[in-house]
Amino acid sequence: MEMTQAILLTVATAATPLLIAAIGELVVERSGVLNLGVEGMMIMGAVTAFAVAQLTGSAWLGMFAAILAGAAFSALFGFLTLTLVTNQVASGLALTILGLGASAMIGESFVGLPGVRLEPIHIPYLTELPLVGRFLFGQDPIFYLSILLVAGVAWFLFRTRAGLTLRAIGDNHGSAHALGVHVIRTRYLAVLFGGACAGLAGAQLSLVYVPQWVENMTAGRGWIALALVVFASWRPWRVLIGAYLFGAVTIGQLHTQALGFGLPSQFLSSLPYLATILVLVLISRNRRLTMMNTPTSLGKPFVPDR
Amino acid sequence: MKKMLLALAAVASFALSGAAHAQEEKLKVGFIYIGPPGDFGWTYQHDQGRKALEAALGDKVETTYLENVPEGSDAERSIERLARAGNKLIFTTSFGYMDATIKVAKKFPDVKFEHATGYKTAENVSVYNSRFYEGRYIQGQIAAKMSKAGVAGYIGSVPIPEVVQGINSFMLGAQSVNPDFKVKIIWVNSWFDPGKEADTAKALIDQGVDIITQHTDSTAAMQVAAERGIKAFGQASDMIKFGPETQLTSIVDEWGPYYIERAKAVLDGTWKSQNIFHGMHEGLVVMAPYTNMPDDVKKMAEETQAKITSGEFKPFTGPIKKQDGSEWLKEGETADDKAILGMNFYIAGIDDKLPK
Repeated sequence: MEMTQAILLTVATAATPLLIAAIGELVVERSGVLNLGVEGMMIMGAVTAFAVAQLTGSAWLGMFAAILAGAAFSALFGFLTLTLVTNQVASGLALTILGLGASAMIGESFVGLPGVRLEPIHIPYLTELPLVGRFLFGQDPIFYLSILLVAGVAWFLFRTRAGLTLRAIGDNHGSAHALGVHVIRTRYLAVLFGGACAGLAGAQLSLVYVPQWVENMTAGRGWIALALVVFASWRPWRVLIGAYLFGAVTIGQLHTQALGFGLPSQFLSSLPYLATILVLVLISRNRRLTMMNTPTSLGKPFVPDR
Repeated sequence: MKKMLLALAAVASFALSGAAHAQEEKLKVGFIYIGPPGDFGWTYQHDQGRKALEAALGDKVETTYLENVPEGSDAERSIERLARAGNKLIFTTSFGYMDATIKVAKKFPDVKFEHATGYKTAENVSVYNSRFYEGRYIQGQIAAKMSKAGVAGYIGSVPIPEVVQGINSFMLGAQSVNPDFKVKIIWVNSWFDPGKEADTAKALIDQGVDIITQHTDSTAAMQVAAERGIKAFGQASDMIKFGPETQLTSIVDEWGPYYIERAKAVLDGTWKSQNIFHGMHEGLVVMAPYTNMPDDVKKMAEETQAKITSGEFKPFTGPIKKQDGSEWLKEGETADDKAILGMNFYIAGIDDKLPK
């Protein structure tokens, strides 16, 4: 039974960075902006978190620095696409390439150093509960933050006026502008939020998941997060389902391999992608509802007429 | 008159020293890397070799490298760029650069090329490869001695001969100590994904292994093993910093001496195309210090290492049966290099199926 809990913990650790990065990107895309730079912002977060934690000895400071770094990096994207109205796809890709390069440069002197771990919380009695104690009450702070983020974003988007405005901008920025809504300002805030989330996701990688710095350690997780947003048809709780499903199948296939059933490992390695796409497509199979959830202005440039 | 002679002598000596300088023009050496030097694994070790070359030959050489060069048409362009820039010796350090290296070498007959882990040579192309599996045999012996569960976890990258050699050699070592020793193998299907490597280590430990060995490039598995309080082997570089109480030893790829030797050969004009498959004997495979084990295990490891280094013992020595029970090597027979380089089967005693 301890094994079940251990597997649950591994799944949570694997799913959390995807979840955080995806939930940030979800808000960005709901506002009508497509930021393909998630991978770049994430790796900047990872290197910043590691470097700051290493220099100050505090993982917490590292985490906050990563959030700021992610937001700052996304501000660059915001300036390019919102103020200068450059192509969002190209700018996002550029952001990823820049992030991978810049992080390698910043991190050069940190290669081969053991990192500072963001310790899991411990609540007397509760954490020691059998079966679920460590899963519910003994994880690292970023895990709890990730769940709060999903709940917070779901509440914000569908239960608040500001969230309604943001969705309206994503659906039709022209009409929103005509109604006197600050399209550019709202989008800037959304982009910054997305960057902060990607930074936090990176911090989880280099402070919790594998407390070390190596170049390119995100290894494509930013892209998986981007795909999750689309396949979850821009719904926060579905992103959570998708991220955990992806994590669960990833870990599950590793266990299957270790049990030695002799299934081809290449097939098993591709299973997380197949399973996640399949399930999320099934959830979103109602085409009309999915259309309703798709931000219609996604990726389109906006220049306010005067 | 005397003064004139002195002046003449001075001029002559000046001219001579000038000529000597011209002869001592630096040898430019180029490197092509598959990954970043900051991976702390494969590319990191090649870069350490490059640095060792600079340290040893000082101002006689000048090195440059191109990192993150994908295998394919990009590789050809990058190698050609180094050749055009005046590099007279170029190391291409990944298997997938093989055809590109041969192609570029044809265009630059006066440039010497060295390709790692391949098999195609030419007049001006050498191939160098490493017998990493020799270290795996020792690791297998240590694992069988140290494991209480009698089962080790093996993190594989991709099922190519180089990795299969390692698994088989590891198991041969383990079986020499405990014939019933078991191994659980998980393929990550990637050389480098620290997160997934950590997940894999966790999965193996959750399934009851108490020793981890890896053939992937990052230090993630070592960290997980340290966290869970079990023992592990490092890979490619000495990872003791990531598990001071965890690492038993690590196979370290020591490319430096080879790079120095080859650069010297070009400087002397003695460079010849060759195809080498070096191991402990030549100092290409080095074991990190044996740590976190009792003295008798350490002694056994050192003895095996000495035997392999001297050439007295070869890991792939019969009798060895294949997984399906058929005979591979007869008593006393040793595997030739061709069989080793193309290894695509498991030996008996491995319960898993090799992905094709």
